[in-house]
Amino acid sequence: MRLTHWLTVIAFFALLVSGAEIVISHPRFYWGEVGNVMTQPLFSLHIPSSRETVPTGYGFVMPDQNGWSRSLHFQAAWVAVLTGLVYGIWSLWTGHFRENILPAKTGGVLRAVGQVIANYIHRAPPDPSEAHSYNAAQRIAYLSVIFLLFPLVIWTGLAMSPAFDAALPWTVDLLGGRQSARTLHFFVSAALVLFLLIHVTMIVLAGFKTRTHAMITGRVVEPQERS
Amino acid sequence: MKKVSPKFSRRRLITAGIATAAGITGLAAADRIARRYGLVPPDHCGAYGPGTTLTYAAQRVLGSHSLAREFPRSMISKAPFANAVAPPNDQFKRLQANSFSNWRLTVDGMVAHPGSFSVSDLKTLALRSQITEVACEEGWSYIAEWIGTPLHDILREVGPLPQARYVVYFSTDSDWWDSIDMADALHPQTQLTWGMNDGELPFGFGGPLRMRVPRQLGYKSVKYITRLTVTDSLKGIGNGLGSSEPDFGYTWYAGI
Repeated sequence: MRLTHWLTVIAFFALLVSGAEIVISHPRFYWGEVGNVMTQPLFSLHIPSSRETVPTGYGFVMPDQNGWSRSLHFQAAWVAVLTGLVYGIWSLWTGHFRENILPAKTGGVLRAVGQVIANYIHRAPPDPSEAHSYNAAQRIAYLSVIFLLFPLVIWTGLAMSPAFDAALPWTVDLLGGRQSARTLHFFVSAALVLFLLIHVTMIVLAGFKTRTHAMITGRVVEPQERS
Repeated sequence: MKKVSPKFSRRRLITAGIATAAGITGLAAADRIARRYGLVPPDHCGAYGPGTTLTYAAQRVLGSHSLAREFPRSMISKAPFANAVAPPNDQFKRLQANSFSNWRLTVDGMVAHPGSFSVSDLKTLALRSQITEVACEEGWSYIAEWIGTPLHDILREVGPLPQARYVVYFSTDSDWWDSIDMADALHPQTQLTWGMNDGELPFGFGGPLRMRVPRQLGYKSVKYITRLTVTDSLKGIGNGLGSSEPDFGYTWYAGI
């Protein structure tokens, strides 16, 4: 189970680096079905491009790295999706979703999340139960990543595949067209990066060594054991 | 006190063992089935072989007969983008001087009747028009009406042998050649295009004759086509990987 977390970490970094590299070949984003250098973009990133056909305002062209970037992107996507399947089936089987991811049924979810955030701000010590399960804020965050952002990033990614669109045209039509899918893919990826930054910040605040050790070995070092 | 998580239970070990055994058996069986049904791309070796093989196999299983989306006339791009092309070489200029009247498409390889067609031969052979999107691997796209002769109509003229598995296509630009499997070669939307948006096919878009493979990215739609070769193996052709694209780091299969 913890292995699926670390496989996802590796796949996510591969997807992030290769995805950024692919964006460099056309750092313009559009809405609707079509978009190219002859049409007005929704917005452009102010970065150099690896194609001389793209007007960037920079006087130079970056080297073309799209070949391996695309291959790495899709291979890492396969790793991420297959890992996600294993994680999903395992979590249903063992009750991980029910016990640790779904917010507790009793009491208001928002109030519980607010309480966790207030505790953080007041630097109150975390509840001992949080060493072995997730608090309300974590549950909401993980729930959104697993059931909203991951499915969305896969869907918007697949909607850019011409063969996938031929087989299941509604997947791209529902998103408003091919260029809309690409723009949404960019924003969902940005949301995932934002999650990653908060996630790592929280781990650092909670004690990087203890938490990372726990996530690698599965063993939680109790406070009294620390030297 | 150390708290050992109850993760190493007997049930988990047995489940993991069965899963591993099933996985290995499954992989071996999948490999046999994939080769049998032509689900392995020619560039399946190398670091990124597993990814491109999974993608190619998955997309072929998902729908080898599915049609690329066609659009209403109102969605044709007002300003299509031709992309950068290499300047025409001497061979191209000579043909251009004669208004391409000497342009020939030769068809050879594993066919019963090897042949050669002028663009006007193709025009009388069959005509199909489609309004489809060109999607570049870089991310941009446009929609145009493509008028041409379906590749399957040309293949019907020359009669591919039963063992044929790929159609390789060559251009006046010797650095740009590619191939497709028979699923794409016989696909109704795969065409040799000679017209665009009710007119002649302009040079920038591949005129006088280009390949159009709408279910794959733009780079498979090679411009300035002069020769088709039908074959059962790509090993002896060029780099042996079925396409000039692997020389630049790109994959043979571009359905994604």
